[in-house]
Amino acid sequence: MEIPYTVHTRPDTGLYNAKLGIWLFLASEVMLFGALFTTYILLRVGALEWPHGSAILNVPLATVNTVVLITSSITMVMSWASLKMKAFSKYRMYMGLTFLLGIGFLIIKSIEYAAKFEHHLFPANNTFFAIYFTLTGLHGLHVIGGMIVNGYLWGPGSRMWKTDPERFTNRVEVAGLYWHFVDLVWIFLFPVLYLL
Amino acid sequence: MDDSHDIKKHVRTYIAVFVALLALTFVTVAISYLHLDVTSAVIVALIVACIKGGLVASYFMHLISEKKIIYASLILTAVFFVVLMSLPIFAASDPIINNNVP
Repeated sequence: MEIPYTVHTRPDTGLYNAKLGIWLFLASEVMLFGALFTTYILLRVGALEWPHGSAILNVPLATVNTVVLITSSITMVMSWASLKMKAFSKYRMYMGLTFLLGIGFLIIKSIEYAAKFEHHLFPANNTFFAIYFTLTGLHGLHVIGGMIVNGYLWGPGSRMWKTDPERFTNRVEVAGLYWHFVDLVWIFLFPVLYLL
Repeated sequence: MDDSHDIKKHVRTYIAVFVALLALTFVTVAISYLHLDVTSAVIVALIVACIKGGLVASYFMHLISEKKIIYASLILTAVFFVVLMSLPIFAASDPIINNNVP
């Protein structure tokens, strides 16, 4: 049986099903990260003293990582726009760049983590590092998840472009919505953890 | 489906949003070097982050022109999100916690 409404919109929602699905999933993700953000606030407000992020974290590296993730967001949206303009080779270039930028983000993050571990700074050390590693670790897992999907859509999944281009374009749009959300979370994590 | 001409217009918007996001990132970092007091720093940092987040959601995620059902879902999410963010305030005004009653 064919999956309904993968290309055409449902008359009642005005959307293809995957788009409504990803937005509902992102709504649940807002609550997941929201719970951790409110945990951060509770821990910080309740702490006798709280370190300034820039005193113990690497702000220049995190700034570069912010630029990397923002750049990956525009390459992601450009990959979708390329498909809309029927330019498959451009799509491959932009999606490939998005994937590489994701790797770049993780490499920089792992450099940061390694520096902390070298100095024997672990989640168990204090509340700041506990919430820092939890928030950035969960965000990093989301980056990895997005990269798996993006890698699939760049590689084997892109065969669908030949058989069902509109459905493939919708898949890229849905993957893009997730990727932009991951960028959006970092936009808040960066100042909260590193600059305040 | 948007036609090719519309998409080209969108692409120009995406590039403008990208430049704005880069600029705001550097603004965020620059402000942190002003060594404002904690309250002012939090307010300014969150305002800049909200503007950046708004740009990403509005343009890259196309929320600026979405269907009503998505807006409805997100409004509901926002309500619960506000409740979550208010938990520290509820905790601070809790007489049991404040009186250290076990």
